[in-house]
Amino acid sequence: MAEILVLAEHDGGTVKKVTLELLTLARAHGEPSVVWTGEGAEGAKARLAEFGAAKVYVADSPDYADYVVAPKAELLATLVAEKAPAAVLVAATSEGREVAGRLAVKTGSGVLTDVTGISEGLVGEQSIFGGAITVQSKVRTGTPIIAVRPNAVSPEPAPGAAAIEAVSTEISDAAKTARLTGRVVAERGERPELTEASIVVSGGRGLGSGEHFALIEQLADSLGAAVGASRAATDAGWYPHQFQVGQTGKTVSPQLYMAIGISGAIQHRAGMQTSKTIMVVNKDPEAPIFELADFGVVGDLFKVVPQLIEEIGKRSEG
Amino acid sequence: MNIVVLVKQVPDTWSERTLRPSDNTLDRDAADGVANELDEYAIEEGLRLAEAHGGEVTIVSMGPDKAAEVIRKALSMGADKAVHVSDEALRGSDGLVTSAVLAAVLARTGFDLVILGSESTDARMGTMAAMLAERLGVPQMSFASKVETDGSKITIHRQADYGYDTVEGTLPAVVSVVEKINEPRYPSFKGIMAAKKKPVETLTLADIGFDPGQAGLAASATEVVSFAKRPPRAAGTVVTDEGDGGIKAAEFLAARKFI
Repeated sequence: MAEILVLAEHDGGTVKKVTLELLTLARAHGEPSVVWTGEGAEGAKARLAEFGAAKVYVADSPDYADYVVAPKAELLATLVAEKAPAAVLVAATSEGREVAGRLAVKTGSGVLTDVTGISEGLVGEQSIFGGAITVQSKVRTGTPIIAVRPNAVSPEPAPGAAAIEAVSTEISDAAKTARLTGRVVAERGERPELTEASIVVSGGRGLGSGEHFALIEQLADSLGAAVGASRAATDAGWYPHQFQVGQTGKTVSPQLYMAIGISGAIQHRAGMQTSKTIMVVNKDPEAPIFELADFGVVGDLFKVVPQLIEEIGKRSEG
Repeated sequence: MNIVVLVKQVPDTWSERTLRPSDNTLDRDAADGVANELDEYAIEEGLRLAEAHGGEVTIVSMGPDKAAEVIRKALSMGADKAVHVSDEALRGSDGLVTSAVLAAVLARTGFDLVILGSESTDARMGTMAAMLAERLGVPQMSFASKVETDGSKITIHRQADYGYDTVEGTLPAVVSVVEKINEPRYPSFKGIMAAKKKPVETLTLADIGFDPGQAGLAASATEVVSFAKRPPRAAGTVVTDEGDGGIKAAEFLAARKFI
């Protein structure tokens, strides 16, 4: 079977869920080989094997994390030249898409971003214009580079060998021009990452103030969810900008999306329309967000949400 | 400092956007064209850096004749001059082709800094800064929520899910910006009047020495095979809170096994 390269995303050696999703997708179209940068591959081997990785190419050097994007693209370009894979899959995160962009230039290949499914012939499905249109796209030049939206598919285990193979970590000076010199991690408690979370609870204008976001956080924590915010809320400074869901923020596709006090302008819908299940709480019955709701409550969020949190608490005890 | 800001005309998010059934490319006539939202933040950042360090801000836009509207807006915000690459052969170009054309234009204008929005509201690929940095062989300073430069060194805050990274490099560089970076100014009446007299150079592919055979839909490395309107979501259940809205919501979550 044709080899498909899957660029792993990991957090200090812990494999991110999106990588397991990529492996699941890759298996349907070939034999997945993981490309691992930095340390921790030995520890992750079992997990990668569980989800069907045949090989794991390990480039163990801190340079891949210390310089922005370019070293990873260079590594992939080398592997594309050596292994002639049928495709390269990356996560459609900010960084994954940029790796895809640089790799496309290096290899003269077409790139599809934010793909939500891959059908026969490596045809990618994409949801565009705020979810209004679904397109089927394909790469016709070079090695298809496909950036897949996190949460687009459910990871399914299937055993693989995950044979580890060390590869060259030589990086050209040209790929070392943007150097990472510091990291500031925002407080988000134990909550999952916004784009990876199975459940996202977002708050909007209806919250009325930044303090009231505590209610959103409380609801999120009762469900093990990530917290998101509408643009109205981030523009008002009620919640940090990196948590914005929408056209100028993050696109999320969780199992459950809860929109609390969000009217649902197209700007916001563009970032959450492909969520599997959508719940809405809003006092305005005319709010367009209700058009998307699988379940909606028309009411005062300051009454409905505390009651919901209490009820979730009761049920989890019982 | 020679600052080039890339601006793209996109269909207005608030209008009905669609593709052309004939070739599955963007239907530019179906919707009003506006400046890509994040590009306005790029213009603002370019103007602020020019105000702080001296120098000129040049707008570069690739697009049909209609794109002159957004170039004019950028000039009315305060940019000094513009280059408009317009050629029928460009129609349907994908991201990879577009980056090649823009790189050719940038080689002609020269630059200390290229600034662009981190993503467009139509294609939403978020790859252009990376592609340009790769083609031009300069540092990639993307997803910037803050930019500082002394004219030779550049430091940005690169926005990430977990917060931000501090990234350093040297000029020339490519910078893409996120919404958090600034608050774009509105064009003043004076600015709008002044913009009418500012130079706009309109160039064809031949003018920039780019082979038209390498541009457009036919030369693109990707193609849209088909498209369809997303079926509307099945109508859900909406209840009005009568003191038990939270309980009903919890019942729904339990029925769907979320709790």
